[in-house]
Amino acid sequence: MLKTFPRGGVHPDDCKISANSPINVAPLPNKVFVMLNQSAGAPAIPLVKKGDQVKTGQLIAKGEAFISANVHSPVTGIVDKIDQITDATGYKHQSIIINVESQEIWEDGIDTTTDLLTDVKATPQEIIEKIKNAGIVGLGGAAFPTHVKLTIPQGKVAEYLLINGAECEPYLTCDHRLMVEKSEEIMVGITIIMKALGVKKAFIGIENNKPDAIKQLTSLTQKYSNIEVVPLKKKYPQGAEKQLIKAITGREVPSGKLPIEVGCVVQNVATAKAIYDAVQKNKPLIERVVTITGPNLSNPSNFLTRIGVPINHLIELAGGLPEDTAKLISGGPMMGKALPNTEIPLTKGMGGILLLPEKLSKRIEPYPCIRCGRCAHACPMGLEPFYLEKLIIKERWEEAEKHWIMDCMECGSCQYTCPAKRPLLDYIRLGKNKVSAIIRSRKN
Amino acid sequence: MDKKFIISGSPHIYAKDNVQRIMLDVIIALLPATLGSFYLFGFGAVRVFFVSVVSCLIFEYLIQKFLLKQKPTINDLSAIVTGMLLAFNVPSNLPTWVVIIGSLIAIGIGKMVFGGLGQNLFNPALVSRVFLLISFPVYMTSWPKPIESARQLTDVVTGPTPLGILKETGSFAAATQTGELPSYTNMMLGNMGGSIGEVSAILLLIGAIYLLYRKVITLHIPLAYILSVMIFTGIFWLIDPTKYADPLFHLLTGGLILGAFFMATDMVTSPTSYKGQIIFGIGCGLLTGLIRLFGAYPEGVSFSILIMNAFVPLIDRISNKHFGEVKA
Amino acid sequence: MAAIFAAIIYLVDKQFHVEEDPRIDLIADKLPGANCGGCGYAGCRNFAEAIVKNNSLDNLFCAPGGNKTMAEIAQLMNLASEEKKPQVAVVRCNGTNENCPPKHDYEGIESCGFANFLFAGDGGCAYGCLGLGDCVATCKFDAMYMDPITGLPVVIEDNCTACGTCVKACPRNIIEIRNKGPKNRRIYVACMNKEKGVYAKANCSVACIGCNACVKECKFDAIKIESFLAYIDYQKCTLCRKCVPVCPTNCIVEVNFPVKKEANIDLANDSTQNIVNN
Repeated sequence: MLKTFPRGGVHPDDCKISANSPINVAPLPNKVFVMLNQSAGAPAIPLVKKGDQVKTGQLIAKGEAFISANVHSPVTGIVDKIDQITDATGYKHQSIIINVESQEIWEDGIDTTTDLLTDVKATPQEIIEKIKNAGIVGLGGAAFPTHVKLTIPQGKVAEYLLINGAECEPYLTCDHRLMVEKSEEIMVGITIIMKALGVKKAFIGIENNKPDAIKQLTSLTQKYSNIEVVPLKKKYPQGAEKQLIKAITGREVPSGKLPIEVGCVVQNVATAKAIYDAVQKNKPLIERVVTITGPNLSNPSNFLTRIGVPINHLIELAGGLPEDTAKLISGGPMMGKALPNTEIPLTKGMGGILLLPEKLSKRIEPYPCIRCGRCAHACPMGLEPFYLEKLIIKERWEEAEKHWIMDCMECGSCQYTCPAKRPLLDYIRLGKNKVSAIIRSRKN
Repeated sequence: MDKKFIISGSPHIYAKDNVQRIMLDVIIALLPATLGSFYLFGFGAVRVFFVSVVSCLIFEYLIQKFLLKQKPTINDLSAIVTGMLLAFNVPSNLPTWVVIIGSLIAIGIGKMVFGGLGQNLFNPALVSRVFLLISFPVYMTSWPKPIESARQLTDVVTGPTPLGILKETGSFAAATQTGELPSYTNMMLGNMGGSIGEVSAILLLIGAIYLLYRKVITLHIPLAYILSVMIFTGIFWLIDPTKYADPLFHLLTGGLILGAFFMATDMVTSPTSYKGQIIFGIGCGLLTGLIRLFGAYPEGVSFSILIMNAFVPLIDRISNKHFGEVKA
Repeated sequence: MAAIFAAIIYLVDKQFHVEEDPRIDLIADKLPGANCGGCGYAGCRNFAEAIVKNNSLDNLFCAPGGNKTMAEIAQLMNLASEEKKPQVAVVRCNGTNENCPPKHDYEGIESCGFANFLFAGDGGCAYGCLGLGDCVATCKFDAMYMDPITGLPVVIEDNCTACGTCVKACPRNIIEIRNKGPKNRRIYVACMNKEKGVYAKANCSVACIGCNACVKECKFDAIKIESFLAYIDYQKCTLCRKCVPVCPTNCIVEVNFPVKKEANIDLANDSTQNIVNN
């Protein structure tokens, strides 16, 4: 009997068309655009200026604030300018634009060999320091600075480390390929995180539509005996951290609190691999695996690409933009962000680019709510989206707050499953926006 | 030249089901009982059925286009479902003009006055049935005899329903003695007096199984409803088996199966949470039992569902425990 | 039976009667009763209570009621009232569908608050009007409507009471309450874009690029530039109109002025519509 979370969830087709494409190293473009806000929290402060020569892996912006991450140069080249660039939201933010040179020179101290180093010599403090210096952020999409997540607050104890290999979003396969091709690096990375946290047991949760990844990692658990692979039933949103914790450990994170409340820390499998690179090879986070996919793309692929590469470069490598593409999505179809154009540069949190044709992505004219309750049954957090939508249309913000609207993790299960095709999540997002403004003004 | 992309919030894909599909599933589920009724009640059933469905469609179109000045939405098939359920709730010899009035009440008052699809508080077909029952009691309580009346075009042979006999004779023993009560087999198949859709238990159950398979309904309401009726009547039957009919009798007569599987489970007028649905089902069951055993009417399903419909907004506020709810 | 219940109701009413200053009722009668919230209080009655409680009219002004209502209330309370200049809501964006052509197809709910959170806007300008009508929806005086051709909200001057609800509704602070001006004439910069000029212009042909031409021209020190955006102070502006023709992108708008007969304004080819006549 496969483990799963008991409440809610939907079953979209997983469309893992790029699951068998091995990771391809993408060639570099002529120019890269390195955004300064590559993580949740405050943007990094630039350390270079126009005309500076930079090496691959050199620190070019420092994360000064408490929740912020360092940014390193992904290429060797000359800084063209520091300017405002349109990012995924359509708003402009500061970024460092670098002209790429053909000869790659790595920063001193970085081990560029591909040898597997399994011995973890660093102490827990050194590990967290290296992670911070390497600018590692959560590669699952939220891009939360990892060194902050691994610093356990006073009074709380970490008991388990959970590694998220679920990849529940349809179409995305970057984590899958990483688990198949770089499995031992991931295991070493997990061991490093366990050492930093001081936990004795780690679990890797993998959905059962990835049997090769499960087999590959399970075969390594003999060598790494305090890591257990847990196959999970394929259900969206299994990869959500609270649902993952519930499925694997049976514990429920209390409303409004973080996973550390129940003694768990969750990290994405790609973050574990990045931590291996940072601690064992001194390599900062400058590249990641990205899935470029879509039903009409001629060559759906998983690319290992540097940060800052414009999306159109990768789309060209995957066969070019299909004629009927109507929507360009960063991430998966359930929680991804619709992009305004193809010049957006890649950031650390982007794991997939999905090109959808019009017939799959165009919105349908909504019907009135028929009170079928499917949204409430699909919600993994046990909310009632149809009722929240009604409250928000009537602008009853305080009542929406009382009905736990802030617990919503915006997974999209409600809107996906609604037979009347109502824009439930649009309203709930609007409600969350207004309610958090009310909460902020109340604190002041 | 940059392509113009669509920008919207996530999710960017939809599940396959839509409102039409759900309504179509209900129509398909009602087809076995429809065809059975054509066989059992003949031309009368065919007439009532088509008049009801067509008038419901026409009235919805007219009201939406001319009275409310909105775009007509008859293509969502909900008017057809209302028309079918209304036909199921009336006898096959109901005059055509009465059926048309019934359709107008069902669509106009049962649905449109509240604001259209999804906004009504009461089940439209039941609102109409109760209206017709109170306004035209003679027409609504003359029950054509199944199979016999099927061959007759006018002046059909009528007879009482099993529950009617029970109420008139006052006790189950006396009712059995009249010899008019159909056997349990006949009750299962539909060879008994009653409205068009309620008589054939087995055909209704086939439809119900289809609805359960398509996940349009779940077992919470029907099971809670039927079990409460059977337990309630069962207790009284155990106390005095000569006066009270046994639970199986109550299960197979008077539109209980029709009501429990098709009317009480109407999404718009029933609670959304499973806990609420069970409460709703139990409430309907108790009220049906009370009306049948102690009330003036022989049949209690329509009234009990309508009464419980009024409580649904209140029941809905009893929500299930949500994820991570900290016990105070 | 009825008599007993009547007696109970009478006694309960006497027991729980709340003493209220009768002036509150008198003041509330004079107010428009729209409960628009422009005064800063939840409703007209709360505003009346505040006046009686503070026993002064300082910082208490009912915009929909206007000077006339405030004078009547002042007379009731035996206080002095101050005359405020008539004001009107001004939409400081001219990013019409022609000037700032849509570069994406937005699909979603008709809410500016939501669209602002989701992306920069159809036109690509992160500071411009989103055109989804949050302002129109909150106006309680029927003083706003959305122009379907331009995609911008239009203020109906005669109905606008300058209550300020639309200002709060706009997530980008595009609407401002400005003086209506003598003969209802006013001049303002119809742009909120704080990006560098070259980016602002790339999206919208009538964007302010912060070039300083208007600042140099103004003899009354009424214009200042901050973050590549010009702002005209309506208290200092004398409506001389010298700044309007020098703007290279035509982003300064003059309202209700007679049309100039000078040659350098060619109405036939002027697609930016910077002369608005009501």
